[in-house]
Amino acid sequence: MTEVLHNGKFIGTVHDPKEVITQFKEERRKGKISSEINISYNEKSDDLLIESTKGRVTRPLIVVKDSKPLLTQKHIEQLEKGEITYSDLILQGVIEYVDAGEEENALVSFKEEEITDKHTHLELLPLAMVGLATSLVPFGNFNASTRLNAGSKNQKQALGFYAANYLVRMDMDVNLLHSPQIPIVTSVTHTISDYEKHPAGQNIIVAVMSFDGYNMEDAIVINQGSIQRGLARSTYYRPEIAAELRYQGGLIDEISIPDKEVRGYRSEQDYRYLEEDGIIFPEAQVTEGDVIIGKSSPPRFLSSLDEYNLTQSQRRESSTAMKHGERGTIDFVMITENEEGNKLVQVRLRDQRIPEIGDKFTSRHGQKGVVGLIVPQNDMPFSANGITPDLLFNPHGIPSRMTISHLVELVGGKVGALSGRYIDGTTFTSENEVDLRKELQSRGFRDDGTETMYNGRTGEMFSAKIFVGNMYYLKLKHMVANKLHSRARGPIQLLTRQPTEGRAKEGGLRLGEMEKDTFVAHGASLLLKDRFDSDKTVVPVCEECGLIAIHDEFKNRSYCSVCGDNTVITNIELSYAFKLMLDELKTLGIYPKLTLEDRY
Amino acid sequence: MESTLKNYKDKLPIKLLDEIRENTPKGVSSSRVKKIADAVLEEFSSSQVEPGESVGIVSAESLGEPGTQMTLNTFHFAGVAEMNVTMGLPRIIEILDGRKKIATPMMEIYLKSPYNKGKDIKKIAESIKESELKEFIIEVDINIAEINIDVKLNTAKLKEAGIKDQEIIKVVEKLSKNCTAKINDSSLLIKLKGKDQNINELYKIKEKIKSIYISGIKGVSQVLPVRREDEFIIITAGTNLKDILELEFVDDKKTVSNDIYEIESVLGIEAARQAMINEIFKVIETQGLNIDIRHIMLVSDVICNLGKIKGITRYGIVSEKPSVLARASFETPIRHLINASMIGEVDELNSVIENVMLNQPIPVGTGIMKLYSK
Repeated sequence: MTEVLHNGKFIGTVHDPKEVITQFKEERRKGKISSEINISYNEKSDDLLIESTKGRVTRPLIVVKDSKPLLTQKHIEQLEKGEITYSDLILQGVIEYVDAGEEENALVSFKEEEITDKHTHLELLPLAMVGLATSLVPFGNFNASTRLNAGSKNQKQALGFYAANYLVRMDMDVNLLHSPQIPIVTSVTHTISDYEKHPAGQNIIVAVMSFDGYNMEDAIVINQGSIQRGLARSTYYRPEIAAELRYQGGLIDEISIPDKEVRGYRSEQDYRYLEEDGIIFPEAQVTEGDVIIGKSSPPRFLSSLDEYNLTQSQRRESSTAMKHGERGTIDFVMITENEEGNKLVQVRLRDQRIPEIGDKFTSRHGQKGVVGLIVPQNDMPFSANGITPDLLFNPHGIPSRMTISHLVELVGGKVGALSGRYIDGTTFTSENEVDLRKELQSRGFRDDGTETMYNGRTGEMFSAKIFVGNMYYLKLKHMVANKLHSRARGPIQLLTRQPTEGRAKEGGLRLGEMEKDTFVAHGASLLLKDRFDSDKTVVPVCEECGLIAIHDEFKNRSYCSVCGDNTVITNIELSYAFKLMLDELKTLGIYPKLTLEDRY
Repeated sequence: MESTLKNYKDKLPIKLLDEIRENTPKGVSSSRVKKIADAVLEEFSSSQVEPGESVGIVSAESLGEPGTQMTLNTFHFAGVAEMNVTMGLPRIIEILDGRKKIATPMMEIYLKSPYNKGKDIKKIAESIKESELKEFIIEVDINIAEINIDVKLNTAKLKEAGIKDQEIIKVVEKLSKNCTAKINDSSLLIKLKGKDQNINELYKIKEKIKSIYISGIKGVSQVLPVRREDEFIIITAGTNLKDILELEFVDDKKTVSNDIYEIESVLGIEAARQAMINEIFKVIETQGLNIDIRHIMLVSDVICNLGKIKGITRYGIVSEKPSVLARASFETPIRHLINASMIGEVDELNSVIENVMLNQPIPVGTGIMKLYSK
């Protein structure tokens, strides 16, 4: 007796579970039972499981009956003519959606030719075993799975044409690639996903060779001529938003050029791009510190006392300005209202990004790298035909990673470019590599893709034949312009007087605990002190009570708040963090008495 | 020669002087001896650590950096009776923390001749192993009508272990004051004495019977005779160094335990220090790492120098630091600061970490020198 469980709940028993399943499936394929209900038999526990809950993962498979798939040429013709749709195939029971449980009872064939009498289903496409982004990797079946993962991960970070209405959008941190191209080596997923409508890369000529060591460790060398012709150029868009907020007591922010009386007034120079309405004009070239939207806010703490104040309490400056290290052009200004009906100003910043040393590029095979050198075109190696590659890829990236697809794409791209056609590189069902080579040979090239090349500087022929061809390369969103950071002097934290942290705050790079230990290990005592001098302060200390005294700059005298004027007060130098700790100890009720000693 | 070497008594350690004596051929002129001793002295002083060298931090880094590469694997003995031993990072942490209860206590028992050549090795090993009565029991029955317990014994096993009936009766009778035991063939009969024969009493005895200690060394739960180079040794799980060393067939000079605390209590702190060095070095060696033994020696010295084992924890070594700020900078700062303030502790700012906190030159390396003026 087999127990029948519906969504995990016992509903009855049956004698012949296998017969029930066959009948159930037949009914479902006829359309009498919903195609979303799955049935499976667990032999180990002798349970018949019927599942109809939400949240199950199901996938479509072609039903196989008597070693023949139900999907025939006729169906495909009908589909092409538009006589039937995909959902008709499900209604007819040609395609069914199988869940994890039902999959256990099924034997799925990847290819039609491989179907035996034991098979119950046929995969729609062998490619279906990988995800969408991964199926965009051409010749993926030549690779290890880890590289496919890396390849698909990289593609997600590529710059491209993300939306056709980008001009009226105010997206955060957006990059647009200039003149993106459709890859020469494509896969069916490119067609299915309308890739030609939002491409994300460019077809370039890649030579696999080293160049003066500037493409060591996955770096790449780029042809300056190609960059000047517009290779991998992109635009970076970033919106800046400011709203007139309302505060208690009917007070409101004001978007305007701030008054000179406003607390925290910047210099006139900083406001120079603002028009009368306090908003910057389009096409203004701005750099760091320039105000984009001028704004002033009401005073922060409006106590009852202030009302009797003689001076009108000051408004605060709260403009939006360009951050440290940023530059660009004002692209677009928009004035609207937000949900509360307050004035809302959105300004979009635009910055052209020309490839530079440190920008990240990748092929579609997880072969990412950073630009190590930009070489003038006349110094680049050239082929017998006079072709100079756009990019030099280091061959050492290949053996350890075993990305054969990278090499096959290069050959495929070359064939496609020469023959003027797209190459099908769909994983598992791609064009045959041998045929591609033959075609390459018929075009008058060496069938292995190598060519004789010459040193661009000396004109000498390289003794090795260089592997060159066309590849689809992607520019990734990680660009040095957004990451470059250095500091010698700069802002400090209010509490500890130590340098701020992080690029956005122009912060320093922390010399941490373990780094400190290395200084100690070297016995570099004074170097260590010098490094940690960032929060050094001079503090007056009362020698009587050992507490920190007060120095009055106006009267130029020091006194102790405990012992008064008649004590010896000595200035000592220590880190502000320690002074802070002493203060905190006092709040704990601990009396940290400093006993001073003559140093000499 | 002796007269020449006399001048070096304060300059060279005794061990080096002995070595010079040993290796210098007889009849060498005293001027030559002086030359040799000078060369030794030069070499000796050049290999000494320079003043102000941060040996502590260098040792910590030398141990800590390879520690990041250590794996958490445990080492398994191949063989019938498998024993697992804590190795790798957990073992090092265990030693350095000065844990009283270690995860896998074990001993390596070396034997005196002729046992170390394999004589009666199995028998000796079995005799060390702690055994309880339950190992020799087949079945226990309580006869309520008669008010007695009938224990069926495995006589074959008893014979093999060489346990006499009288011994069993003796230990069983020790369980309760008013019970008597008798052995008939393979059954042990336990009866209650006196008039008030209480069933409850009988049940209590029944439960106790199983865990009666019969023979072997207490604490030794597993034994494994193995061949190490060309002698036989016994590896045990569980330690009892004190009792083991008292056995006549044990070579008490070579037998070791991996429980540092036990070594400290049985053999003293110097032995514990050496054991600690050996244990840490063993782990590092099996991991295929290379750390200079002097770093390990330094760490062991620090742990042992107070005459008892003080682990590198906030309760051990760190609590012994003279500086309040140094203690506060390592875990539970508030506690240290409050305790210090209650007794009015003074921090002389003599070591490294306090001076880093105050941003003063640290007293190591170039900072150890001070300029005095009159």
